[in-house]
Amino acid sequence: MLRLEPRPEPSIAMGLLSPLIALLLTAIIAAGLFVALGKDPLRGLEVFFVQPINGLRPISEVLLKATPLVLCALGLAVCYRANVWNIGAEGQLLVGAIAAGGVALWLSGALPGMPRGSLAVALLVAGVLGGMAWAALTAWLRDRCNANEILVSLMLVYVAQQLLNYLVFGPWRDPQGFNFPQTPTFPSSTWLLPLWQGTRLHWGALLAPLLAVAAWVLLFRSWKGYELQVGGAAPMAARYAGFSSRQALWFALLLSGGLAGLAGAMEVAGPVRQLTPYLSTGIGFTAIIVCFVGRLHPVGIVLAGILLSMMVIGGELAQSRLGLPNALSGVFQGLLLFLLLACDTLVGNRLRRRAA
Amino acid sequence: MTDVRKRALVAGAGAAAAVAALGLSGCGKKEEPVAKAPPAPPKPDPLKAAWVYVGPVGDAGWTFAHDQGRKAVEKEFGDRVQTSFVEKVPEGADAERVIRDLATQGNKIIFATSFGFMEPMLKVAGEFPQVKFEHATGYKTADNMRIYDAKFFEDAYLAGVIAGAMTKSNTLGFVGSFPIPEVLRNINAYTLGAQSVNPKIRTRVVWVNTWFDPPKEAEAAQSLINAGADVLLQNTDSTAVLQTAEKNGKYAFGWDSDMSAFAPKAHLASCIVDWSNYYKKAIKDVMDGTWKVERTVWGVKEGQNALVKVSEVVPAEIRAQVDKLSAGLKDGSFAVFTGPVMDSAGKERLPKGEVASQEWRDKVDFYVRGVEGRIPAGK
Repeated sequence: MLRLEPRPEPSIAMGLLSPLIALLLTAIIAAGLFVALGKDPLRGLEVFFVQPINGLRPISEVLLKATPLVLCALGLAVCYRANVWNIGAEGQLLVGAIAAGGVALWLSGALPGMPRGSLAVALLVAGVLGGMAWAALTAWLRDRCNANEILVSLMLVYVAQQLLNYLVFGPWRDPQGFNFPQTPTFPSSTWLLPLWQGTRLHWGALLAPLLAVAAWVLLFRSWKGYELQVGGAAPMAARYAGFSSRQALWFALLLSGGLAGLAGAMEVAGPVRQLTPYLSTGIGFTAIIVCFVGRLHPVGIVLAGILLSMMVIGGELAQSRLGLPNALSGVFQGLLLFLLLACDTLVGNRLRRRAA
Repeated sequence: MTDVRKRALVAGAGAAAAVAALGLSGCGKKEEPVAKAPPAPPKPDPLKAAWVYVGPVGDAGWTFAHDQGRKAVEKEFGDRVQTSFVEKVPEGADAERVIRDLATQGNKIIFATSFGFMEPMLKVAGEFPQVKFEHATGYKTADNMRIYDAKFFEDAYLAGVIAGAMTKSNTLGFVGSFPIPEVLRNINAYTLGAQSVNPKIRTRVVWVNTWFDPPKEAEAAQSLINAGADVLLQNTDSTAVLQTAEKNGKYAFGWDSDMSAFAPKAHLASCIVDWSNYYKKAIKDVMDGTWKVERTVWGVKEGQNALVKVSEVVPAEIRAQVDKLSAGLKDGSFAVFTGPVMDSAGKERLPKGEVASQEWRDKVDFYVRGVEGRIPAGK
């Protein structure tokens, strides 16, 4: 029998190298899979890891896809470090999108003929407030009724989805849309304008790295962040020190709800430009993976968001260029996660043979 | 520096290997000069055509049916076409990227096979005037984008005729996806077909708000059965409804593709859609230079829809009736929506003797008499 034994002093270098080792192992196994599927492994790896960043437009698409993931994951990292288990970023994102969509519908009626992009900021603010409001429900139920925030935030995802369904099937439905569940396309005044002509990457994406820096400062260079992390790591010690766990709960949830809502508003004002029932593709859930692959660290999260986006896009490219099935990109993502966990475990622990 | 060199090497080796292996296989734009290096025989370049699917191809259902159409194109045109597809494309912000990438890869015609791809396709179509775009089930067109659809309600009516004869409880069940005109048409056609042989028919509907979610579909089917429905039809893509009926000893139909293998006892027939004729026509239009913007809605008449694999348990006279109606749909002597059509509130929606126009069918927002309940979020 084998057993895991904690290493007395885990290597810092190996800790930093572990994601790279995991990535390398994923690439090696992926190459093996390509061979098993009868494809050239080098070409396969090239499609997955080089083509998604081969040129300005592909890079802009990776960053566009990564932006909402990173925004949601930054908020979640603060939550998880504070030991607040917000699983409902998806719902907060959807309500942010709904709020942005509502403001877009209202403003485009109230202020017709505004210049392109002039109202986008209003949509983003609405998104932040919407996401915060939705997260506040979870915080309130946890605070007042001691309800489990994992369950409540998760269940509120479905409520948010139904709210979106109700609006796009009912009151906000495009009257010219043959009953199809969607709002009209919003006017150009509400659009987040692209950074470069011909790409979809909008200036809102610039907020992601800025907010990552802000999150780093908050977590590692501020008193508030210290409070949050002590509360997360050692609740009793935090209480002894006089840190309010209620305050930490509200702060973490409102922050992460606001960031998720911002991500939702960016999807609406950026690439989609209308509300439909399919607005989110599980961004808020994928962000949980991004958050942990990035080890709850803002820099790691930015890198993980980009990596995961590359894998999703690489999976699409592999289908049209190599005729590989879609399931393959799911396999790669799973492999990467598994190997990352395995590497981290082995960096912190060692295997020992045990006499049975 | 070394990193850049390595990358170039990888790209070159990949392209060379691909050439050696297949000679083509969808190389990116950059590698085209490499691919052309060996002197090819003077043959015209194959027409590149691509499909964008909302679901997995799998082995039954909506996306499977479209992929059968793609395969029929490959078979028909051989090396004159080169097809590719991307499956499980979400209907949010991702679709636009996928469609644009396919256009930049040199595809001359791109098919998007889900309603939610309409707006993204419209955005991309404006950027690639030389590429033809085809969108299934939508309503917006552009100078280089046209739309196509099938008459599923004809299948649903024929299924209804069988259901009306087979039900013992006089209660039919329908698992609906979204309350859009297309689905309401199918519910209505199913009910009208059943009422044509059994005036006492009632239809219950459960909405699942998804096109593909087997557990949800199974749950909906079970609740319909618990409420007394004994012959089920669905407008969703999986085989779950059929399999739930099998488990409960009830009857149901296959949808989109032949699903008889999934439930040998419960399966009464399959409402199929065969896109191959349309896809062949569309490809030929591009090859011949005759492609023009139009809306194509084909049904039983054009071989695009059919009720197939009718079960042995269906009485012979009902099978004969279905054959007769199919023949009527083919020669135009029969139309599913012929007045009088009354809605569930008793209001006349189509006057006696009138045959529904395309426009009437596009705007169906009501249940016919005999369908129970209210349309969610309806007016």
